[in-house]
Amino acid sequence: MSAETAELRVALVGLPNCGKTALFNRLTGSRQKVANYPGVTVERKEGIFAAASGRRYRLLDLPGTYSLKPTTLDEAITRDVALGRVAHEPRPETIVLVADATHLPLSLRLALEVRRLGLPMVMVLNMSDVARRRGFAIDREALSRELGAPVLETVATRSGGADALIAELERLAVPAQPLASPAGWQEPTASEVTATHAEAARMLELAGYREPLRSRAVAMADRILMNPFAGMLILATLLFFVFQAVFSWAAWPMDLIDAGVTALAELVRGALPDGPLRSLLADGVIAGVGSVIVFLPQIVILFAFILALEDSGYLPRAAYLLDRVMGSVGLSGRAFIPLLSSFACAIPGIMATRTIPNLRDRIVTILVAPLMTCSARLPVYALLIAAFIPQRDFGVFNLQGLVLFVLYFAGVASALLVAWVAKLIAGGQSNHLLMLELPDYQWPNLRNLALGLWEKTRVFLARAGGIILALMVLLWFLSTYPAPPVGATGPAIEYSFAGQLGKALAIVLAPIGFNWQIAIALIPGLAAREVAVGALGTVYALSGDEEAVSTALSSVIASEWGLATGLALLAWYVFAPQCLATLAVVRRETNGWRYPLLMLVYLFALAYLAAFVTYRVTLAVAA
Amino acid sequence: MSADPSRADAPPDSHRRLTMLAVGDRARVALVLEDDPISRRLIEVGFVPGAAIEVIASMWPAADPLAIRVGGSTFALRRHEAERIVIA
Ligand SMILES: Nc1nc2c(ncn2[C@@H]2O[C@H](COP(=O)(O)OP(=O)(O)O)[C@@H](O)[C@H]2O)c(=O)[nH]1
Ligand SMILES: [Mg+2]
Repeated sequence: MSAETAELRVALVGLPNCGKTALFNRLTGSRQKVANYPGVTVERKEGIFAAASGRRYRLLDLPGTYSLKPTTLDEAITRDVALGRVAHEPRPETIVLVADATHLPLSLRLALEVRRLGLPMVMVLNMSDVARRRGFAIDREALSRELGAPVLETVATRSGGADALIAELERLAVPAQPLASPAGWQEPTASEVTATHAEAARMLELAGYREPLRSRAVAMADRILMNPFAGMLILATLLFFVFQAVFSWAAWPMDLIDAGVTALAELVRGALPDGPLRSLLADGVIAGVGSVIVFLPQIVILFAFILALEDSGYLPRAAYLLDRVMGSVGLSGRAFIPLLSSFACAIPGIMATRTIPNLRDRIVTILVAPLMTCSARLPVYALLIAAFIPQRDFGVFNLQGLVLFVLYFAGVASALLVAWVAKLIAGGQSNHLLMLELPDYQWPNLRNLALGLWEKTRVFLARAGGIILALMVLLWFLSTYPAPPVGATGPAIEYSFAGQLGKALAIVLAPIGFNWQIAIALIPGLAAREVAVGALGTVYALSGDEEAVSTALSSVIASEWGLATGLALLAWYVFAPQCLATLAVVRRETNGWRYPLLMLVYLFALAYLAAFVTYRVTLAVAA
Repeated sequence: MSADPSRADAPPDSHRRLTMLAVGDRARVALVLEDDPISRRLIEVGFVPGAAIEVIASMWPAADPLAIRVGGSTFALRRHEAERIVIA
């Protein structure tokens, strides 16, 4: 086989959080998610890259694991791939054992276990930048001799930081045949694990490795941040601050986008003759998509905080602080990270539940994940808050930020409640696994942060220009045709297909205060929650007079709806059962329709109940 | 303590548990009780006979969970997990 056509299959194996995904991204140029906590990668990810020689590499990023005897679904993937037990997946021909250079013992022990698989292995000491900064020195030659494999240094987060690894891979030959699974391989026993610990310690001693001391700064930070009282206070303040910032910092860029969208709509209106095309562009596309895009600044601010926190190493500490609360409702401590990811979107959150060993725990976590307020709900909340909550300041707090905080909190509280009810119904063992590694703190890498934010912006805009745009066009058609009969009085939309449907649905929704316009908006909201905002934009653009269209959507609904309706819709969206993509992922992750249906029914019931109570109570209080 | 801490069949004093330590205390692991996935994982992450440990933090009110430093890494453990670790 010539070097040009040959392809080497390389798998990245290592402990959680040692930088495998960062290395994968560095080598393949892709943008998989990295974060400073364990359990981010729960699937195998494949990427291809070519070295300078022209030879191609097929690189596999695998979930982190402490040993080849798995306790969770994601760890089992790593073992199965390494052993060549996965259907339609040839065995990797080389293993790159990724180690965190600042914490070698557990990585080296894993390396000894992996060595028994009989595959060529290269060990990389990643994060060597941090290790060097801390004055860490190791005799790589000695380690390499002892291990019987090359030992290299990498810095996955720096450009060129994996060049040594590429050079080493270039030296390896591609086997002529696919490798067979090793015969007679057995899971390491507990005493073998103890023995490999001792062996790793001996090798590290020979290589002159000294266990890093815990720095004073880290010790001090942990003493404060993990203190039961100070730590809790800081966590609460931090979260509070994030929601305040989402509102107060986003104000002026939002005004700017809003002005741009309005100006564009005016331009289109002025340039085109009255007719279907003008209406499609101005009422369908610009009013619809524009009303979603306005919320980009808030999404960016929220993610800036999330990404910075993820990189910092603080989040596993937050999991530690909240573990009692989680445990008391029967949730595994491992549920924290999946639930936290669900604040961005429930889908990665639900996939991250693979790190939960116990099946029952995992199902409960999946079922409550949609109660965490995903970022797609932020535009809905923000729109309604801007419309119905006055912008008033109480000292350092502003009322709008406070309401947003309460909404997020309501989601979390109901998740805990649902988990607790699930525990009552299904029973549950009392012993849940936590055993979470608390990584070192690190300053968020600004370049990663910028890249991450750009990625989120891109995804948001792609959604706005893709699925949201398509739905808006569809909705425009359904809201415009059939045209009203001659001599009709009300706005044309009332006679359209969507108008008729909305009015039919409004009968069911009337008890919770929703009008037919809201009913229409809820339907495309099934595909993506933020579409509900765009749909309201289109519906009101079509039903309003010229004057109403040029004012912001929030002022339109503020004048059209009563306070009770606005609050009821907020309450509805805390539960917001309508997200088809989430249901599809639940079906896939639980292999059946049982749990997605259960989720759909219970979320609908809660949404209706919450909206009903909110509506009635507000009416009663206001009266 | 005179018993060989590496011999699991002769625990030195299985009443001395990690959970009895206060924040800031240091000790050495004698053995991990029970033979199930939890104990197994504890061994894998470094709770092996002779390993030096330190209690970094514990949560109010019932000292559950705990943060334990072992072999240069720090782990948050629920109390029932830490309960299995006998110290020398
Ligand atoms: N300073 C530094 N940080 C790194 C390096 N490699 C990874 N990281 C950071 O370490 C954390 C964990 O990385 P990730 O790739 O998600 O680890 P994985 O769990 O092994 O896939 C992230 O916050 C990365 O930004 C490195 O070489 N140097
Ligand atoms: Mg990863």
